[in-house]
Amino acid sequence: MRPAEFRNPAQELERFQRRLALVGAFVLVAFFLLFLRFFWLQVVQHESYRTRAEDNRIALVPVVPNRGLIIDRNGAVLANNYSAYTLEIMPDKVADLDALIDELSGVVDIQPRHRKRFRKLLEESRNFESLPIRSRLSDEEVARFIAQRFRFPGVEVKARLFRHYPNGALAAHALGYIGRVNDRDLATIEKNDAEDNYRGTEHFGKAGLEQKYEFALHGQSGFEQVEVDAGGHAVRVLERTPPAAGSNLVLTLDLKLQQVAEKAFGSRRGALVAIEPSTGGILALVSMPAYDPNLFVDGINPQDWEALNSSADKPLVNRALNGAYPPGSTFKPFMALAALETGRRTPQQAISDPGFFTFGGHTFRDDKAGGHGLVDMYKSIVQSCDTYYYMLANDMGIDAIAAFMGPLGFGSRTGIDIEGESEGVLPSPAWKRKRFRKPEQQKWYAGETISIGIGQGYNAYTPIQLAQATAAIASGGVLYRPHLVKYVENIVTGERTPVEPQPLRVLPFKPANLAVIRQAMVGVNREGTGARAFAGAEYVAAGKTGTAQVFSLKGGKYEHGRVHERLRDHALFIAFAPAEEPRIALAVLVENGGFGAQSAAPIARQVLDYYLLGKVPGGAAAEDEETGEDD
Amino acid sequence: MTELALRPREWWRRLAAPIDAPLLLLLLLLIAFALLVLSSASPERLASQVFNLAVALLAMRLAAQLPPQRLMYFALPLYLGGLLLLLAVAFFGDVSKGARRWLNLGFMRIQPSEVMKIAMPLMLAWYFQKHEALLRLRDWLAAACILLVPVALIARQPDLGTAVLVLAAGCFVIFLAGLSWKVLALLFFGGLASLPLAWGFLHDYQRQRILTLLNPEADPLGRGFHIIQSTIAVGSGGVLGKGWGNGTQTHLEFLPERHTDFIFAVVSEEFGLLGNSLLLVLYALIIGRCLMIAANAPTLFSRLLAGSIALIFFTYAFVNMGMVSGILPVVGVPLPFVSYGGTALVTLFIGVGILMSIHKHRMLVQK
Repeated sequence: MRPAEFRNPAQELERFQRRLALVGAFVLVAFFLLFLRFFWLQVVQHESYRTRAEDNRIALVPVVPNRGLIIDRNGAVLANNYSAYTLEIMPDKVADLDALIDELSGVVDIQPRHRKRFRKLLEESRNFESLPIRSRLSDEEVARFIAQRFRFPGVEVKARLFRHYPNGALAAHALGYIGRVNDRDLATIEKNDAEDNYRGTEHFGKAGLEQKYEFALHGQSGFEQVEVDAGGHAVRVLERTPPAAGSNLVLTLDLKLQQVAEKAFGSRRGALVAIEPSTGGILALVSMPAYDPNLFVDGINPQDWEALNSSADKPLVNRALNGAYPPGSTFKPFMALAALETGRRTPQQAISDPGFFTFGGHTFRDDKAGGHGLVDMYKSIVQSCDTYYYMLANDMGIDAIAAFMGPLGFGSRTGIDIEGESEGVLPSPAWKRKRFRKPEQQKWYAGETISIGIGQGYNAYTPIQLAQATAAIASGGVLYRPHLVKYVENIVTGERTPVEPQPLRVLPFKPANLAVIRQAMVGVNREGTGARAFAGAEYVAAGKTGTAQVFSLKGGKYEHGRVHERLRDHALFIAFAPAEEPRIALAVLVENGGFGAQSAAPIARQVLDYYLLGKVPGGAAAEDEETGEDD
Repeated sequence: MTELALRPREWWRRLAAPIDAPLLLLLLLLIAFALLVLSSASPERLASQVFNLAVALLAMRLAAQLPPQRLMYFALPLYLGGLLLLLAVAFFGDVSKGARRWLNLGFMRIQPSEVMKIAMPLMLAWYFQKHEALLRLRDWLAAACILLVPVALIARQPDLGTAVLVLAAGCFVIFLAGLSWKVLALLFFGGLASLPLAWGFLHDYQRQRILTLLNPEADPLGRGFHIIQSTIAVGSGGVLGKGWGNGTQTHLEFLPERHTDFIFAVVSEEFGLLGNSLLLVLYALIIGRCLMIAANAPTLFSRLLAGSIALIFFTYAFVNMGMVSGILPVVGVPLPFVSYGGTALVTLFIGVGILMSIHKHRMLVQK
């Protein structure tokens, strides 16, 4: 320190003022630096910050269109929408989700399963999506939440439309169901270049018509430019492009007929397909047991899923399209037609049936011990004589059979407007070569042809193929593509896009030959294996019973009551009516139902009675307790 | 008649006697602007802020009436009292939001660090005045102790914002008292070198604030949120601003504390570079006027006090605007005379009153 014994006030003041001036300069420099900073932000970088402020403020919210309705041919609603409140969380606006959900559970009822489902949704979710923690809030819960909304930034109550299937499990396999969009659905959406349209969509058709007609049912999304605050709450709508609702599907399906058919099955498993022969329109599509598609709409809960998935009855399998069964004796009319068309038989040509047919040292039995005696074509169908068809198959050979059955649709997808149909098996040497690996298995043995003739062996067709082929006989040889949708109705423009009857091919059957078959099938219901089921019918119905072996009994005689239920034969029945001018053709399959005459034919009777006469039966079609004489 | 007419005029003359008109005029301009901004940011608080202003102006008038010599008597008791309270806080204080800042007296809670904002420059100015004759090394060391002990106590609470303000106030006094450049340079570089050491003393949340400043986007929803949103508010204001009441960042609640510490973001968003420049000019003029008062002050005590008060205003303004525009870490410093809140306003206007008193009494000693 410099000695300051003699103070010099003037000098000190001067020094102080110098320092003050320095300070003043410093203040100016500091403020100038601030000004530069402001200039940088507000002039140089202004555009970028302006955009960010707008991004903060404006959210482009997709407005999901109302999903189209599904309506039966008479106007009955099969699928509609209802509006309900959901509580939704925007995960990207929330720091601690668990804490938030804990707090929320004090306001609305949140169960562990809701949390579990939310976690699952979170894993599968797309970015910046708001996810439901609870749906179908009660009015009271909505009111409670709204009152405390300020505590929960990033949480909102939204009114959403939910899919509803008012008839529950009825026609479930035809309708299918929707569920929340998953990765597979996203891939489908991307493949169809529909990402923009699906930005806000949370549900997607997963099965049945809901899946097949997803893009028609969905409609065109609208958009809202919404001003949001920091909490993510919408403050006001700035601009709105309204959505265009999805198209309605009007079906060829007759809900009442479907109801009658399902009821006729009772607790039995099986399938029924009823087709309008002149168009290919499906009147009823039954697969029993079914499931309630409403369970899937909001994400199925694990218990329900487990129950459906592990049930031995396999309710999720659409038996009408995916079950491949040997047609049994319902194959005989087609074989007979093949014989006529190829000239292998005339209607009058008769065989003498000893009750069995021997080929290469192997004996093929007829069900009737001692045989049917002298059998012509009419009798072979009416009494379902096996020996006649063993011989026929042997005479025709496998290639000719396959060449005739293929064009009838056996062994190939019908093209029905539902995804995931099975092909079934039209046996042929070519098929066998493809199907098996080992050379000895790939060879077709002539003996294998014999049982093909009675619809057994490698034969395996879906009920819809059987129904389609039956309808082709009913329509005089026109094979239509079966379809469920009659027309798609754009409810904005009112425009209807009909699904035109689509003949896959016109088979050049001789009318005389068809008449023979038709007459024989009428005979089945008048005096043959179907006579009991069709006793007293006020219309003329053509039909054919069938029984398909599930379990091969080595040598022993099949006794219905003594075989385990799941190993019993499948019962089948095909029919069309009225025989001269058919309005309906159908195929019925009852799994493990035993003889076709016994359990399948009565179901067909109830369906035909309702469709042709409007008769509503009391309950499940009664099983005829007496053992069918033959099949 | 003349008697009656004279009375109110006489009364007015007395009321206005200690008031410095240019300073008050500038402040009233600033306050008018502040109220305009507040009426957009938080209109429901307007009435209560007008009341705060009335109280603050009253406090200013009372302080303006006290001659500087009288203020000297307050210096030591106020400082020692403040120090005692800070110690009491350290041992018995209430914890709120993770910091021990408040002292519960039973009937009210006080924040002793606030007292230090005025007590510190007062004490140091008094100390230098007292040792005016001979400023030796030990005097400087004593001054350093007077400064650093309370600052350390406040920083420990922790209340970094107030600690910085008190430290700045003290440093200004020491600088203005004429600490030699050599020592200043030594302290500056010494301080720079000891920064890593200081880092070790900081609380986690304080370090986070500094880290956040350097890279706010690292945690856009958490610690970076305030800085990002206020920077967006400033930048989106542009040259002319979005207009009064049209700030989207302000009104859609993206801005935190929009009526207190972050009110400058509202100014920037709604009035743009123009509004910011107006604020800078007003502050520069106010500080300039205060420095003029300091330059003309008669005694060392009043010079130092006036100079340091002027610089406190500057520090408040600079730190706040720097924080809102994202060049300084977020510390709890309000925008002087503009932010909503009674305590800070009263403290600031007491400072203004002291300056006015100093200005009023500039000639008395020489006479």
